[in-house]
Amino acid sequence: MDKKIMNVSSNPHVRSEVSTQGIMFDVLIALVPAAFFGVFNFGLRALLLIATCMITCILSEFVFERLTKRKNTIFDLSAAVTGLLLALNLPAEFPVWMAVIGSVFAIIVVKQLFGGIGQNFMNPALAARCFLLLSFGTRMTTFVYDGVTSATPLAVIKNGGTYELKAMFLGTTGGTIGETCVPAILAGALFLLFRRVISLRIPLTYIITFVVFIVLFTDIKFDYVTIACELCGGGLMLGAFFMATDYVTSPITPAGKIWYGIILGLLTGLFRFYGPNAEGVSYAIIIGNLLVPIIEKFTVPYAFGREKERFFGRLFAKRKKDKEVKA
Amino acid sequence: MPLLTFKGGIHPEEGKEISKHKAIVKYKPSGDIVLPVSQHIGAPATPVVNVGDRVLRGQLIASANGFVSANIHSSVSGIVKAIEPRKTFTGAMVESIIIENDQEYEEVPVTDFRKPEEMTAEEKIELIKNAGVVGMGGACFPTHVKLSPKNPEKIEYVIVNGSECEPYLTSDYRRMVENPELVIEGLRIMLSLFPNAKGIIAIEDNKHDVVYKFHKLLKKDPLISVKELYTKYPQGGERQLIYALTKKKVNSSMLPADVGCIVDNVDTVVAIYDAVVNKKPLTNRIVTVTGDNVYSPYNYNVPIGTLYIDLIQESGSFINEPKKVISGGPMMGFAMEDCYVPIQKGSSAILAMSKDDATCEETECINCGKCVSACPERLLPTLLAKAASNHETNKFVKLNGLECIECGCCTYICPAKKNLAQTIKTKKKEVIASRRKK
Repeated sequence: MDKKIMNVSSNPHVRSEVSTQGIMFDVLIALVPAAFFGVFNFGLRALLLIATCMITCILSEFVFERLTKRKNTIFDLSAAVTGLLLALNLPAEFPVWMAVIGSVFAIIVVKQLFGGIGQNFMNPALAARCFLLLSFGTRMTTFVYDGVTSATPLAVIKNGGTYELKAMFLGTTGGTIGETCVPAILAGALFLLFRRVISLRIPLTYIITFVVFIVLFTDIKFDYVTIACELCGGGLMLGAFFMATDYVTSPITPAGKIWYGIILGLLTGLFRFYGPNAEGVSYAIIIGNLLVPIIEKFTVPYAFGREKERFFGRLFAKRKKDKEVKA
Repeated sequence: MPLLTFKGGIHPEEGKEISKHKAIVKYKPSGDIVLPVSQHIGAPATPVVNVGDRVLRGQLIASANGFVSANIHSSVSGIVKAIEPRKTFTGAMVESIIIENDQEYEEVPVTDFRKPEEMTAEEKIELIKNAGVVGMGGACFPTHVKLSPKNPEKIEYVIVNGSECEPYLTSDYRRMVENPELVIEGLRIMLSLFPNAKGIIAIEDNKHDVVYKFHKLLKKDPLISVKELYTKYPQGGERQLIYALTKKKVNSSMLPADVGCIVDNVDTVVAIYDAVVNKKPLTNRIVTVTGDNVYSPYNYNVPIGTLYIDLIQESGSFINEPKKVISGGPMMGFAMEDCYVPIQKGSSAILAMSKDDATCEETECINCGKCVSACPERLLPTLLAKAASNHETNKFVKLNGLECIECGCCTYICPAKKNLAQTIKTKKKEVIASRRKK
């Protein structure tokens, strides 16, 4: 055998099968039930919006990266996920050209201008939704269901009315394309949990905190039917399982995830019950995103075998060392 | 009862089936033997032979230089051909003693016929020291140092590490299948050094047959117990193993002895037995030749100093041109430039792979946190790697970067295929080196 030089590299020499593309593909699959129900519920108009947003997002990523001579990243599917999520957050009757603006904003302003995948400090889809809410407020809050324009169930409840829980759970109500059907969202979430793409830490603390907020700070108290309506209504389920769990814009530390969930729950409660609108999930998550760096900073886990320093801090460790030196 | 384990870790493809059922074969090399003088942690040994001398198998050829160092013995009989720097599996050039093998395997006669029962603890440790025994799991820490803690009476557990969590490796497994009684006897010798210690033989549950075997051999032994561990990498890491068995935690500024534990690899324990009972120095070790690119995978009992290439040719060479040949396992082993390097005391395997996972393209970190949940030391690998590549030493230390055990779980699991472990490891070494300077 000749002395041919072989590959050398640092350990480890094997890699797992997981890839960014695979994860994004899993998220896309998980969103299929919600999207499918949206099309079934709101008609082909919903499909048109989904297609528009996804194509615009992918195209703007491609064009931007071409223009700035960066590596093409459309095949990691993150732009497709952003597009789909944005579409699921729009009402079915939303004008197509506005959806295009929203998609371009999501990819170019929120994601690419901050350095592309992994660098954005806000969830692009949600930032775009908020941008559209501020720009085209009326169109974003006009919900047509069965040919009738009506207030969303949450708005009805906020104004002192009641709404049928079963309809809110199954999603046969007005609302954005992907947020209404709780079983479809939970099916997708279960798939992601099963594939270990997301963990329950953030969604569960988010939802529990929100319920606690309702019990403690609102007039609903222990009226469990209304509590259930609040949980099923609006973007809470979609937000908790698909947007609050967004990797890039949620804390990486295990304890930070809990704090993040708590903050989201409190903010959502604050916005929904004390704000002018019936809905507050998008704003809560966006503001939560902004707090991520500080949450991460204060929740660095104690390394294995260093837990004792938790209570006494470095001082204790230092004293102990001094003692050892003296001894 | 749930199996004993630790938090974090990964489940890489095991690949042990390839060589698991191959009995250990004694291999006698025909070519030259290359013995680097630094096969252990600590000061390199000093050669005590000259070019042209005839040495016997088991003869001391380089003696330990200080306390944390180890003797080196010839593994064959023959003439010392040269003493010159040679490449080792890490790629470094190390002063080596090259012996021309006369293939007679003439051994140094044993003159010491004391029985272990007649010896004091100090005498036993002296024998282990003279035999040049080092940790054979890969770290190569001189065993006599490990066996001489400050307070021997404070040692509660002597743990035999038979977990062999590295994928592909089967050398420890074969040792336990074929010589379980040597492992037990070796452990008894170790236990005799510590008045208050109990013995534990720790084995992962993918080697259930061995667990059963030990149970049968030990029955209800008052001192030694067999513990089955959940199969997970890095279960055999010293800190993880101690935690799984005793729930005691060791950090980077402690030694296992600080929590009353002594951990040694299976092969090391057998080497201790050989040193104390047979008065034989460490000259051979078991090496697994495996991987998807070798014709006939085997477990060999090899004289230390044999060149990798000889062993590969013995097992029928490669099937194809290998992409990567690794000394050790795929998680912590070293990739070699070529196979013309000697087997050392810590070389547990030769692994030839037909594909190289490490050549995949890196993408951006998406902050998924998979490295965080995989890290057995509960660190934040992605943040550490960022701090390291930005040269933020203070941040790196604050994030407990020095606790890294270099297991490679983070790199393995990373969906962006980032080489986190390498970045962290490099920075860690830099920090430790700069501290030493002060």
